[in-house]
Amino acid sequence: MVPLSWYLIFAAALFSIGLYGVLSRKNAVAILMGVELMLNAVNVNLLAFWRYLTFDKMAGQVFAVIVFAVAASEVAVGLALVISVYRRRQSIVADEINLLKY
Amino acid sequence: MSPIQIIFILVSAITLGSALMVVTTRNMVRAALWLVLSLFGIAIHFVLLEVGFFAVAQVIIYIGAIAILMIFAIMLTRRIAQDPGPQTNSTWPIAAILALGIFGLIVFLVQGWEKAAIQPSPFPAGYDPLRELGVALVSANQYLIPFEIASILLLAALIGAIIIAWDKK
Amino acid sequence: MADPVTFIAKWLEGYLAGLGLSSGWISVIQAALGVVVLGSAVLLVDIFLVWVERKVVARFQDRLGPNRLGPFGLFQPIADVIKLLLKEDITPQGADKFVYNLAPILALATVIILWAVIPLSVTVVGSTINVGALYIVAVGAIGTLGIIMAGWASNNKFALLGAFRMVAQMISYEVPMVIAILIPVILAKSMSLADIVQSQTVWYIVLAPIAAIVFLIGAQAELGRAPFDLSEAESEIVAGFHIEYTGMKFGLFYAGELLHALTFGGLFATFFLGGWRGWGAETYPILGIGYFFIKAMVMYWVIMWIKYSFPRVRIDQMLSFCWKFLTPLILTVLSITAILDKVMTGLPYWIYVLVMLLSNLVILYFVIQAVGRYARKERQKVAEPEKIRVAFPVKSSTSTSQAS
Repeated sequence: MVPLSWYLIFAAALFSIGLYGVLSRKNAVAILMGVELMLNAVNVNLLAFWRYLTFDKMAGQVFAVIVFAVAASEVAVGLALVISVYRRRQSIVADEINLLKY
Repeated sequence: MSPIQIIFILVSAITLGSALMVVTTRNMVRAALWLVLSLFGIAIHFVLLEVGFFAVAQVIIYIGAIAILMIFAIMLTRRIAQDPGPQTNSTWPIAAILALGIFGLIVFLVQGWEKAAIQPSPFPAGYDPLRELGVALVSANQYLIPFEIASILLLAALIGAIIIAWDKK
Repeated sequence: MADPVTFIAKWLEGYLAGLGLSSGWISVIQAALGVVVLGSAVLLVDIFLVWVERKVVARFQDRLGPNRLGPFGLFQPIADVIKLLLKEDITPQGADKFVYNLAPILALATVIILWAVIPLSVTVVGSTINVGALYIVAVGAIGTLGIIMAGWASNNKFALLGAFRMVAQMISYEVPMVIAILIPVILAKSMSLADIVQSQTVWYIVLAPIAAIVFLIGAQAELGRAPFDLSEAESEIVAGFHIEYTGMKFGLFYAGELLHALTFGGLFATFFLGGWRGWGAETYPILGIGYFFIKAMVMYWVIMWIKYSFPRVRIDQMLSFCWKFLTPLILTVLSITAILDKVMTGLPYWIYVLVMLLSNLVILYFVIQAVGRYARKERQKVAEPEKIRVAFPVKSSTSTSQAS
């Protein structure tokens, strides 16, 4: 088997890529994709810790289940928002949807 | 090197490579398809972690629902998806530095941690994590309330998504 | 020699150990060989299926079907394959080449990997993962992705429309189908397909006939076969998502569709007809493979029977049938099954079976009553149409244009 640190470094790399995507992309759907990558990195970490350290307790798995639920609802509402904004403003570029700033 | 380690490295390389393509490619539908590959790689990681249930749930939820939803959203906002210009905003170098910095920090922390190199102990005979998870999710003194709250969250998201995206005309 | 597969596996293990390989590598090599053998066997069956399908369609339509090449036209599929291979390979202008070429492979591959968890016999199982039932759902999800990729990459309006229709249909009908799968899971108390087959001393079609029917309808929709073949409705959108594909790429879609039908036949057999179970299958596992394929073929024939007997439904009818009828029905059956299963712990098995069957029959009776009443109302509506309002009021022509 592989040591725990491999999983942690893999998850860290995935999280960083997702973070870069969230911070640098213009398209709102692309930002959501970055968020998905970050959530997945967290899930890999949760399950790796569960398997390597505390596989007799269920906390790690339960957390992962709840991350799944949160990710699914986040995408559903997020994409509904994107479509709604697109209908009104004809744009889903995050920089142009800045009316709340003023 | 054991076969498992070789599989781990291969799958990690594919996952991270496609994740990079997700955040850099200009064509949005392609980005979504790279996202699918990346999520599938994570499902294989779950198999390696001996949590087959999560691997299958990952494929059902992320590929079967979330990725398809994203492709639909991209196609519904198609004029933007075909935008040939750059898909990054002006602050992308800062984002890259930040992401690299966080990655470096985590690697540094993991290297210095004494438990980083431990190997997993095999499950005791007759121990079924899936059964344990199922029991834990519905027993009142364990995780019943978080589980129910998660289901209410899903219901709220369902109703919210319908109301937000409703074309009122 | 009752169990040749295990015998060969044991012999291979001994041979590889003799070569001095570690046990980890041996299991990797064995798994890889198993994948190759099972995949090739399934594809060989697939070639044969082309002949079966054409012959059965011909019978339903009072024709003879292929009968020139070889005995009973048995070599016809080989000629078909040669024809497909020799055809010109066209990629439409503006297509996303990589995705365009990947989609047919995905369409066939997702069907083949379903066979990984189907128990062919007591010893011949690709993989005994404990979430086999969920695995099937997951693979179906990847199949949806292949269709949407084909539709998008073809750069064709009809292809995209067909893909959207197909995806809407597959995602909708996945819901009742998954819940229908859950009922055998409750009865067997395991998600592993091997356990589900093992525990079917009485076939589950007796215990859960409604779930079996709903699963069959869901399978029909998942396959995109008539009456749910809206995704390739020739009169509306030409051929649907695979309109631009030619030659062997189309052949892969076609082969995938045929094999998918047989696979769903096999899944139906696994969930409701006892899989490989039959006389002497426990002691002679090779018989189990035969029983399994006979049951799968019978169900494949039923799927074809439905396909060639029913006309196509409209898209709104298709969706409301799923969401307003099938989903509530199967949810009701699921909760009743779960409650009865909990209540009847400890009772003898024949009472259990009887109560399950009776509960299903009672539900079925009420459902048929309700559907009959609905149908009567609809017929009345058609027979006595509402009085048509006067189309042209005498006042002026501008008011009609405003009203529209």
